[in-house]
Amino acid sequence: MRLAVREALRSFRRAPVLSVLSITTIAFALFVVGLVVLVGLNVQAALSEVGERVEVVVYLRRGTPLEAATIAMEDILAFPEVADVGYVSEDEALRKAREELREFQDVFDDLTQNPLPASLEVQMRPGFRDARHVEDVAERLRGIRFAEDVRFGRDWIAKLDRLRSIAAAVSLLISAAFAAASVIIIGTTVRLTVLQRTREIAIMRLVGATSGFVRFPFLLDGAFKGALGGVLAIGLSYAAFAVVNRLVLQGRFFTPAETLGFVAAGTLLGLLASAVSVGRHLREI
Amino acid sequence: MITLTRVYKAYPKGVFALRDVSLHVAKGEFVFLTGHSGAGKSTVLRMVYVGDLPTEGEVRVAGRATHAFRPRDIPKLRRRLGIVFQDFRLLEDRTAEENVAFALEVTGVRRDTVGPKVARVLAQVGLAAKARAFPHELSGGEQQRVAIARALVNDPFVLLADEPTGNLDERATRGVFQLLREINANGTAVVMATHDLDLVREANYRTIELEAGAVVFDSGVDDADVAGAPA
Repeated sequence: MRLAVREALRSFRRAPVLSVLSITTIAFALFVVGLVVLVGLNVQAALSEVGERVEVVVYLRRGTPLEAATIAMEDILAFPEVADVGYVSEDEALRKAREELREFQDVFDDLTQNPLPASLEVQMRPGFRDARHVEDVAERLRGIRFAEDVRFGRDWIAKLDRLRSIAAAVSLLISAAFAAASVIIIGTTVRLTVLQRTREIAIMRLVGATSGFVRFPFLLDGAFKGALGGVLAIGLSYAAFAVVNRLVLQGRFFTPAETLGFVAAGTLLGLLASAVSVGRHLREI
Repeated sequence: MITLTRVYKAYPKGVFALRDVSLHVAKGEFVFLTGHSGAGKSTVLRMVYVGDLPTEGEVRVAGRATHAFRPRDIPKLRRRLGIVFQDFRLLEDRTAEENVAFALEVTGVRRDTVGPKVARVLAQVGLAAKARAFPHELSGGEQQRVAIARALVNDPFVLLADEPTGNLDERATRGVFQLLREINANGTAVVMATHDLDLVREANYRTIELEAGAVVFDSGVDDADVAGAPA
């Protein structure tokens, strides 16, 4: 192990320019992956914020006793898809309408009696805010004895659903494509190191070094460059994020766990790329 | 110890590097492999250190047929062989002692045994004073001595030397050849490929001559026994 570390450091010292170039290349490749993932995460966060507004409203028949509504609320709360249920009385509905629809103030003033029904506002749990679950819950709510009508933004939810799937698919596809590009780039840079050391590897093999012995410093080298590239990429992503955050819009950055995961992914990519390129090259020597 | 039996080595496009080569090298023997460039000397050595496998026939080294070697057996065999080349093949960024130590380190020996062993072989090849020199600071003859020290450090049963004096001047050639003779006198077999006929004549060792991949002369056997010898 100590010998492998020494050999890896020796390779770094011997070709510092190539090593720095490799790390920079890896950093930029991972930077692009980081940006795409970051954009994806922010889009998902924005969509889930929108998703919080997904609710089903049960309009109650006029004269529904509060006790009956309370019992219905308890039943609804027991639905696994439901996060919360709120009761909006007739008076409260009118007050809200007055607040939200100020342009119809005159109409409200002329009212002799409140035309608005009481309602139950049902909030969905995260993960159940898609069209299928919402429709399913709405269907069950229609079965409530005092329910006059059940409403939810069917089209809106379907659109949100589609948007969510598209965002997930696009960010997955782009980050996968760039991750693949990173593997190729890292593989190529490691291969350059291997090529540069062809003579040395041949000598190692002649004096009886096993393939594992020859391979290990390269794997270490690849993993180290991947890790360093990952750290640099996080730095670059943070710089880009800071600029966007100040100038354009507020977003979120990677959490510490995600940052660690990103660097770990870089390390793993470096390791993988070295393993592939060294393995292929060693067979040729 | 080393036996080639009816060995052929063919390369694509029908070029034969070896044709029907049979020979045996006994323990402690000194054998010259002679012949023009391209006669097949290096190929014979490559067959022995399993840098290549025969297309036909059998090569046995230390009692085992090389075609039966698993990939992980090859490094184990090479640690018991010493190999020396015309171009020295030293690691340029390491000192003489580091080059020698490297051959020990790859075998995973204990660190504290490396130093004394390296010092011993460097003294044996007459380079104790230049242990800390880098290859570019050494003459050709000295570099070849480092390569020989590296080959010796694992106590090989045979030293394979492919034109070890090919890049050296007359004086260095004498020195290196003398060193190889001493190594042989200590019991290590030496197989030396060379086209320096002065050396061959000087010492009365067994000589095997190759021509176009075939053995045409072997002083160790009767002419009639030389397989592939022209009529």
